[in-house]
Amino acid sequence: MTDVAVVGFAQSPSVRRTQGTTNGVEMLVPIFKEVFEQTGLSKRDIGFWCSGSSDYLAGRAFSFIAAIDAIGAFPPIHESHVEMDAAWALYEAWLKIRMGEVDTALVYGFGKSSAGQLRRVLALQLDPYVVAPLWPDSISLAGLQARLGMEAGLWSEKDLAEVAARSRRDAAGNPFAQVSGDTEVAELLDTPFVADPLRAHDIAPVTDGAAVIVLASAERARDLAERPAVITGIDHRVDSPGLGVRDLTRSPSTASAGRAAGAGTDVEIAELHAPFTHQELIVRDALGLGEQVRINPSGGALTGNPMFSAGLVRIGEAARQILAGNARRTLAHATSGPALQQNLVAVLERG
Amino acid sequence: MTAAETETPETPLSAPLDVGFDYTRSVGPVLGRFVNALRERRVMGVRGDDGRVHVPPVEYDPDTARALTDFTDVADEGTVVSWSWVAEPLEGQPLQRPFAWALIRLDGADTCLLHAVDAGSPSKISTGMRVKARWADATVGHIRDIVCFTGVDAPPDDPAPAPPAPPVAEQAEGEPVRTVITPIHLHYLHSASPEESRYLRGLAEGRLLGQRCPACGKVYVPPRGACPTDGVPTTDEVELPDTGIVTTFCIVNVPFLGQRIKPPYVAAYILLDGADIAFLHLVLGCEASEVRMGMRVRAAWKPREEWSTTLENIAHFEPTGEPDAPYESFAHHL
Repeated sequence: MTDVAVVGFAQSPSVRRTQGTTNGVEMLVPIFKEVFEQTGLSKRDIGFWCSGSSDYLAGRAFSFIAAIDAIGAFPPIHESHVEMDAAWALYEAWLKIRMGEVDTALVYGFGKSSAGQLRRVLALQLDPYVVAPLWPDSISLAGLQARLGMEAGLWSEKDLAEVAARSRRDAAGNPFAQVSGDTEVAELLDTPFVADPLRAHDIAPVTDGAAVIVLASAERARDLAERPAVITGIDHRVDSPGLGVRDLTRSPSTASAGRAAGAGTDVEIAELHAPFTHQELIVRDALGLGEQVRINPSGGALTGNPMFSAGLVRIGEAARQILAGNARRTLAHATSGPALQQNLVAVLERG
Repeated sequence: MTAAETETPETPLSAPLDVGFDYTRSVGPVLGRFVNALRERRVMGVRGDDGRVHVPPVEYDPDTARALTDFTDVADEGTVVSWSWVAEPLEGQPLQRPFAWALIRLDGADTCLLHAVDAGSPSKISTGMRVKARWADATVGHIRDIVCFTGVDAPPDDPAPAPPAPPVAEQAEGEPVRTVITPIHLHYLHSASPEESRYLRGLAEGRLLGQRCPACGKVYVPPRGACPTDGVPTTDEVELPDTGIVTTFCIVNVPFLGQRIKPPYVAAYILLDGADIAFLHLVLGCEASEVRMGMRVRAAWKPREEWSTTLENIAHFEPTGEPDAPYESFAHHL
């Protein structure tokens, strides 16, 4: 089976609110153009298209169909969609290339989180019988997880503030970030609780945004990018949907996805999809990433969390480090569902 | 639709969009036991293959995937394992005053139930605290039969008002609950694209504004953020007349919920003169049986004082009496 490489990546700026529609067209048209310029490909060269988005986020049925306008899908295209972060759309596209069905694929994700009340909309991804009818919001659920770790001595409020401060500092170098700047840990700890035990800096912002990645078979990739980022391993695993069943302070699904993807000690940079500060610590631990690994040089999801593309952005950022010649081996992680329920890990290497 | 905040002629239009649906779900044999027990103010769990008692019960063991059937009652009292504070409750949550979400391990259970605790303030809840279910006055067989939990030692002096019970599916007297109904209501701010907004503002002035795709030259009405053929925004504005032809149509004979016109009537694709994309509208002003493909029509506008940013400003289209357009002239629009 052929290897698969990332050869192009573009993202829209992460912003609190766009004036655009919920079908993402306004965000997608310019970034499609950008990856075509990067790779020299045109829409007719793309063998397979796959997207990630959500009708619940858009408040309308089949919103992903309207997004296809941004492609200009004529003559008809080979297309698919997942109602998940587009990192999982990338997984589907990776399979298509691995199986030899196509040798190029374009993956995109988009979401206008600001159209509704995000933390309430996300309650609808919970068990629909005995949990969702209570409308537990996503921030409160993360708060339960954060407190479990604090009281077990796994992390402190200060540890969490350090994650936030580092992320914001790094985001200052990322033109697409929504939140950035130099902040002191003590200053952050002095702010009030938003959802005790969580403070504002512990919680990813509400973000509208979109992202796109172009994949190619290793053979095609050599013609499309000087330094393609070859995906040497990718896997995704899921933990029990029962929030009261699993140990929320650990992420066995991340650990097993990491093992299957070949996450090792020689990773130089890791882009982790942690919409809450404590979740970064859980994921780092599950992947066994030591002090020598540079975590989220982009600032991560805490500085811009476009729903349904923030996971894809992690893969894009990890690939970009290789495409730009900054690293030889990087890791990307994406999450989906409440309290890190489902996790995807990809390892990328300079081809 | 109205433009939000600082309106300029270029600010896209937006409007509230409220969607709602009562989800009706059959509970099956395992969750069925659980909700029927709730109706009797009892909490029921199921024992997994490792001996752990799961509450709420799970249908299959999380590790072995075996179907579980060893049901057991647990207490409606237990211990807070973790909690987070909600200072401003959201619509639909169990309490409409500040409360805590908690993972509660009920006595006799090994897993935690997620529910609300009416604690009053964050200083009055802690991990390890003992809490007890507060049952609804009328239980129906739904997780919301438990209104919330309260501290065993110091229940609130002024219990929070309980929300109304969820709707109940029809069932014969004495029969077990087989379905649960969960009303879901969501609120959005729906935005039109910049191109659609120009079109809608034009309608408010009685004008029909289309735009031409810079790549294929087709005139779209409404204009679009991306031409579906070329993937680029439509650009050059084209003002269109309110006359055109019927490309294709159907005669509506079937009554349906929300119908505003008495059947039979005609819903047709109207292709305005100079446009390349037809839109759906009504054709009235003649017998339904007289409507033909290629028939020339003109817009019948509502009185000007009723106009707003909507295509409903045109009440319907009606025949002009001109000769029909030849089929070849519109065949490629079908």
